[in-house]
Amino acid sequence: MSTETTVDHSHNDHDSHDDAHVSHTASKHGHGLTDLGYVKVAIILAVMTGAEVTLTYMHLPGGVFMALLLTLMVLKFWTVVSFFMHLRFDNRIFTWLFYTGLILAVCVYVIALSTFQFFASS
Amino acid sequence: MADTATPEIAVHADAHADHGAGHATSTGLSNNKLAMWMFLGSECLLFGGLISTYMLYRGRHDGSPSPSQLYNLPLTSVSSFVLLMSSLTMVLAVSAAQREDERTCSTWLTVTALLGATFVGAQVFEFTEFYHEGLGFTTNLFGSSFYTLTGFHGVHVTVGIIMLMALVGMLNRGKIPGNRAEVVEMIGLYWHFVDIVWIVIFTLVYLIPS
Repeated sequence: MSTETTVDHSHNDHDSHDDAHVSHTASKHGHGLTDLGYVKVAIILAVMTGAEVTLTYMHLPGGVFMALLLTLMVLKFWTVVSFFMHLRFDNRIFTWLFYTGLILAVCVYVIALSTFQFFASS
Repeated sequence: MADTATPEIAVHADAHADHGAGHATSTGLSNNKLAMWMFLGSECLLFGGLISTYMLYRGRHDGSPSPSQLYNLPLTSVSSFVLLMSSLTMVLAVSAAQREDERTCSTWLTVTALLGATFVGAQVFEFTEFYHEGLGFTTNLFGSSFYTLTGFHGVHVTVGIIMLMALVGMLNRGKIPGNRAEVVEMIGLYWHFVDIVWIVIFTLVYLIPS
């Protein structure tokens, strides 16, 4: 996967700021991959989607099928969040904010589903 | 988060206003962007609840067609691909906005809205087909949870389309105050979120049989 970036380091004159690290990271706001890099990421996402659909016609054993599908789903999710939503290039506070909500949601609903014995039947 | 009032930082903010860098806030980050990420984090809880409810009730379809009999996988696969590609056009719009190329940005935003409208059109077609096959909103728990989950997502896409078209109109009229690239990026974040929610729904609802 291409990781070529168009980093703009021209705005790093916040020396007087209390938190130099945060200030420096903030100054890198507004960069990411090149347009060609985004197209490459989209092609990878399209291939992964094609692989997901193909898996449903392959009659694989249940456990293998589920593991592959869930892995592809997580990879697609991570790719969009990291590259298209720029979390990979942006300040880590945004990453923490988003993944806190996401992890909280996963934990809460896995516990909720467990109380309904959702996982026991399989 | 309160904005700092020191003249030095205010000067820096003015100097960088056009580039979207070095915000004059206590974190050095854009408050709008922080709020958007917080909102998206909270949306994870909303969709988590809807997806969990569907997972619990997808087997409750007594006397009506089952999910595997109803779902039209080729159609949903194509509409998923369309929504995925709309994320590409959205990020290209953000990229153009950061280069201050407003004409290209407006073009990509319009293409994104059209792709989104195609997705919603496919969803309306799917709902109509399901209804004719006997699955209404109140037919059974599977129907209620399915329509609620996918309907909520469809409403989010529709709101995104409205925001995109409003943004194109405002860009063309030059009515966006302040940092235009950041405004485009905010709407882009919302649009990509709608896409990642569909990535999860497509796998858990359509690809994994009940």
